[in-house]
Amino acid sequence: MTNTDWPLWEVFVRSRRGLSHTHAGSLHAPDAELALRNARDLYTRRGEGVSLWVVPSAAITASSPDEKDPFFEPAADKPYRHPTFYEIPEGVQHL
Amino acid sequence: MATAAHRAARTHTDTDGPAGDTALTTAYQVAFDAAVAADERIEPRDWMPDAYRSTLVRQIAQHAHSEIIGMQPEANWITRAPSLRRKAILMAKVQDEAGHGLYLYSAAETLGTGRDELLDKLHSGRQKYSSIFNYPTLTWADVGAIGWLVDGAAITNQVPLCRCSYGPYARAMVRICKEESFHQRQGYELLLALSRGTPEQHEMAQDAVNRWWWPSLMMFGPPDDESQHSTQSMAWKIKRHSNDELRQRFVDICVPQAESLGLTLPDPELRWNEERGHHDFGPIDWAEFRQVLKGNGPCNEQRIDQRRRAHEEGAWVREAAAAYAAKHTTEADSEAGAERA
Repeated sequence: MTNTDWPLWEVFVRSRRGLSHTHAGSLHAPDAELALRNARDLYTRRGEGVSLWVVPSAAITASSPDEKDPFFEPAADKPYRHPTFYEIPEGVQHL
Repeated sequence: MATAAHRAARTHTDTDGPAGDTALTTAYQVAFDAAVAADERIEPRDWMPDAYRSTLVRQIAQHAHSEIIGMQPEANWITRAPSLRRKAILMAKVQDEAGHGLYLYSAAETLGTGRDELLDKLHSGRQKYSSIFNYPTLTWADVGAIGWLVDGAAITNQVPLCRCSYGPYARAMVRICKEESFHQRQGYELLLALSRGTPEQHEMAQDAVNRWWWPSLMMFGPPDDESQHSTQSMAWKIKRHSNDELRQRFVDICVPQAESLGLTLPDPELRWNEERGHHDFGPIDWAEFRQVLKGNGPCNEQRIDQRRRAHEEGAWVREAAAAYAAKHTTEADSEAGAERA
């Protein structure tokens, strides 16, 4: 059995409390426990994190770049979802 | 998301062959060119020309190999570091180099080429690493010269790569560049300590700089008019500056740094050119460069032998970890099965 059998994991790091976990990169490991240890050694050598997630890469479902336009288009023609869409008389406060 | 990207990338390549829809390929090509022109990043699952993909794999692999082969000349001095402080620093640096290799192998994997395949190619000599690591580290001062000059040259090369058109490579480079800065400064500090030490220590520092200066200038690759991949790589915005441009930048940076060290650079023709606003420097021995590249450097054989041996001797660790993982997966499955029953 060689390295080929070690699955790929995606690593997410929370840089400090109050912030969400952010994707840092990927690595190979035989299981979740070693993936965490490898992630610590690879992505937090300088105190970059206070919490780590590792997720099997195969478990991630991603949107397709080819369908990016039709997929995200529905949001493009709805400017009324933004506060700047609305005209408010001058001088009105706390709005 | 290298696995998903891997699959998507393969599917693209398979369907975009000569038998594929030519009009669709043209549309993809137009979108790709527009993204590069607009300084947007290309991401793993985007369509990209086959030659762009293979150029990136070649460059990232060579870069990754350089990081892990580069561990050897410095690791050579870990057991003989002159103090605990220097030893801890050197271990941290060598560990960083391993990390840099892994970031880069991951970036290469997003292009659909597995790490095992790349390591095989390194071990069988089908892919190269930077020829600078085929020079020996003869004294402790070499550790300083490598940090200052070799890592300094690497930083000069790598900072523009942080804006490379391929997203995963650019992101790996951002991380690497942050860490390289420590590498360069520890080397400079080490050389400074020796330069200000006893006459023998000063002499040792000067000797190391004499030996590493020219090979460091060679790290930027052949002159622009002989560099075979440069034009296309610049058009694709993988590369942002020419070899000669970066080499000149490095020389200009090093001259005042050498003065502050109290050391000289071994080039009698090195002088400030008021008109150009740059330092002129003497001719580089490209015959030596080609010899080292061809495998005839002082340490080529030793480096690859050691890399192969490390890989083979580590096989049992990889096997044991995989066996442990398999055993625990089976146990967890049968427990889950028992609960359901």
